[in-house]
Amino acid sequence: MKTKILLVLALLVPLMATANEGVKLDHAPIDPNNQASLQRGAKTFVNYCLNCHSAAYMRYNRLQDIGLTDEQIKSNLMFTGEKVGDTMTVAMQKAEAKAWFGVTPPDLSVEARARGADWIYSYLRSFYRDDTRPTGWNNLVYEKVAMPHVLWTLQGEQVLKVDEKTETHRLVLNKPGIQTPAEYDQTIADLVNYLVFTAEPYKERDKHLGLLVLAFLGLLFVLSYYLKKEFWKDIH
Amino acid sequence: MANQEVDQSKRKFLIAATSVAGGVAAAAVAVPFVTSMLPSERAKAAGAPVEADISKIESGSMITVEWRGKPVWIVNRNQAMLDALSKHDDKLSDPKLAVTSQQPDYCANPARSIKPNIMVLVGICTHLGCSPSPKLQTGGDMGAEWAGGFFCPCHGSRFDLAGRVFNGSPAPINLVVPPHKYISDAILLIGADDKGVA
Amino acid sequence: MANNTHQESKNLVGWIDARFPLSSTLKAHVTEYYAPKNFNFWYFFGALATLILAIQILTGIFLTMNYKPEASLAFASVEYIMRDVSWGRLIRYMHSTGASMFFVVIYLHMFRGLMYGSYKTPRELIWLFGVGIFLVLMGEAFFGYLLPWGQMSYWGAQVIINLFTSIPFIGPDISLWLRGDYTVSDATLNRFFAFHVIALPLVLLGLVVAHLIALHEVGSNNPDGVEIKKNKDPKTHIPLDGIPFHPYYTVKDLMGVSVFLLVFSAIIFFAPEMGGYFLEANNFIPADPLKTPAHIAPVWYFTPYYSILRAVPPILNSQFPGVAAMGLSVVSFAFLPWLDRSPVKSIRYRGNLYKKWLAAFVVSFLILGYLGTEPSNVWGQFSVNIPLLGGADRATVVARIFSVVYFSFFALMPWYTKRDKTKPVPERVTG
Repeated sequence: MKTKILLVLALLVPLMATANEGVKLDHAPIDPNNQASLQRGAKTFVNYCLNCHSAAYMRYNRLQDIGLTDEQIKSNLMFTGEKVGDTMTVAMQKAEAKAWFGVTPPDLSVEARARGADWIYSYLRSFYRDDTRPTGWNNLVYEKVAMPHVLWTLQGEQVLKVDEKTETHRLVLNKPGIQTPAEYDQTIADLVNYLVFTAEPYKERDKHLGLLVLAFLGLLFVLSYYLKKEFWKDIH
Repeated sequence: MANQEVDQSKRKFLIAATSVAGGVAAAAVAVPFVTSMLPSERAKAAGAPVEADISKIESGSMITVEWRGKPVWIVNRNQAMLDALSKHDDKLSDPKLAVTSQQPDYCANPARSIKPNIMVLVGICTHLGCSPSPKLQTGGDMGAEWAGGFFCPCHGSRFDLAGRVFNGSPAPINLVVPPHKYISDAILLIGADDKGVA
Repeated sequence: MANNTHQESKNLVGWIDARFPLSSTLKAHVTEYYAPKNFNFWYFFGALATLILAIQILTGIFLTMNYKPEASLAFASVEYIMRDVSWGRLIRYMHSTGASMFFVVIYLHMFRGLMYGSYKTPRELIWLFGVGIFLVLMGEAFFGYLLPWGQMSYWGAQVIINLFTSIPFIGPDISLWLRGDYTVSDATLNRFFAFHVIALPLVLLGLVVAHLIALHEVGSNNPDGVEIKKNKDPKTHIPLDGIPFHPYYTVKDLMGVSVFLLVFSAIIFFAPEMGGYFLEANNFIPADPLKTPAHIAPVWYFTPYYSILRAVPPILNSQFPGVAAMGLSVVSFAFLPWLDRSPVKSIRYRGNLYKKWLAAFVVSFLILGYLGTEPSNVWGQFSVNIPLLGGADRATVVARIFSVVYFSFFALMPWYTKRDKTKPVPERVTG
């Protein structure tokens, strides 16, 4: 009995791990099956992100999976005459980018897998004005980030308000943008939804297939179980 | 210990049912592996239809564009070339275009083209895959009887200006006419037609 | 009772049998190979391990069709497989999940051996081949993990190869020779590809065949630890507690396989990353030789031994004692047949000493394993006021304690297995 208790306790050990130090991340409210959201996110991505960041492993025609036709992709999301089967590369040279920003803007194809949806959702909503930085922007989630707040026209400008007494800080909207905070959160949610899609375009398709596979394997198990029971009647 | 009667029919049924399920499983598992060997999205993108500007091709001459790694000839045939096409059916292996796989049905006509003067051909000999040399002019080193066409240097196959193969050539069938369509008078799209991408 | 009238079949099988021992081999090793009739849940894992080996080879072949073993192309080629190759995503996940499942199954398979004394006479050689398979499997996994060329791939390889540098005198030369370069680079990637794709799989196949031949030579152990060959039918010479492998265990293993495939499929279709334990988030960042990620950890199946490595402090300015301890922690399994002095095989008939030590070993293995996935400061430090322990990382102290327990399981075994009060072992299996 004692050994069994010990074993169970050992399995609970991982729960003792202290929470991750660092910033508390907001949960990204995304629905991978919401095609309208994914399409809006694609539009935001192509208009704001693709100028500096490439998504070199993502083909434009993969956007068919979120309900767009080739014509819609070409007319709304492709600006420089590439073919719909091409990958989302960016004109900015790596060397130039490094000279301008100090670091090459990373490729975003699998960024959502490397950072996680919650991190990106929180990051894109945590920029604040900071004149000590070369770009004039800093970020609560990624301190001293080299990226400027590309979406500032939508969100507006936030500033960091530090409360000396309680040693807490929070972001306050100083100058409003063309979107309300709720609208901006939605825009970012759509963008993060799209980034999660771009990281693994076939994830949802494969989940649907997975249900069929599991159902079939269940059937196979039932058959093999009765087959085993029938033969094992011989034993004893 | 009494042995129960072995219910053979139940065993046979269960073995059969499980075998069928197992067979279906094996076939289903084979599908992704076998399919993975088909052309990938990258290959399909690289093999996407190609646009060609035909407005600048001089009458009587041709240009070559690349489609799916192969040369595609676009010949702007002049009237003399077109007239000569009907005069040597007896010298051709397949004058009536019996092998229908070598051209789309909208090119199943004597000129093998949509517009009479523009001839589109895949420049790969139907013998063993060399690229024939254009010999558009009459006569010359092809002999006095030569009315213009293509000559394959590898094994001597000869084709006329509609890509049809001459008797006596090692090549058995006419040159391939790829699917194509006109986006405008000046722009030809090779590799797709109204039925879709090839 | 079937009459074994040996008839020469005048058909295809007969033609083959005259030239190749097909029917006789099937008889000796499948249809008339007698296994104990009391195999339980713990006896599924050998067959499952063979299945996983087949899955890894099949999916590996198809991945090799599209993977490019070159530093500037590798990461992109994996994304190419995931996106541009039809069903490439599933083939990739079958391989990555298969790798982790291989270790789950193998650890359970080894645990069965510990519980039922499967390593004891006359099965020492089966066990040694098994330890060989385990070591080669660890190498295979290590080499394979570099191939995606992500941050974790690169830095994990860098750290582990640097461990060899601590070997006295020859260390740095060995590391240089292994890497083929002054740091982990394209040269390293290409040779790890060769090891992973062909060299180690061939060795693995050879060892698995040897493992099975040795097994069939003496026959399987069973949960009661009773040798079934001791009680044979006087007329047929078939073990009284034995049943032919086919059809009884083929049919039972089919059931086990379908359960395994259910678990396997659930993972590959719904959770291939397994919360970052099967596929780590940092590995979706291409390898950057100039930037180490904040938190490097080996893949979960190496973490118990990694924990032991980290727990040993530098001695006489050398990291080598830690490396040696890690090596010993893996190799110790090989000594079990000779460390265990008990006359009794199965845990069912052992005394409380063995049961407690085995439980302690399992608990250590799990806790060390968990600690290996986290940085040493995961549980903070002891207050500086405490004597001796003051200021030390709590996790490191715990890892040291459980490392001692881990090694004591092996080191003290000759003593506690001799002293243990065992129960009488039955003549026949009890089921």
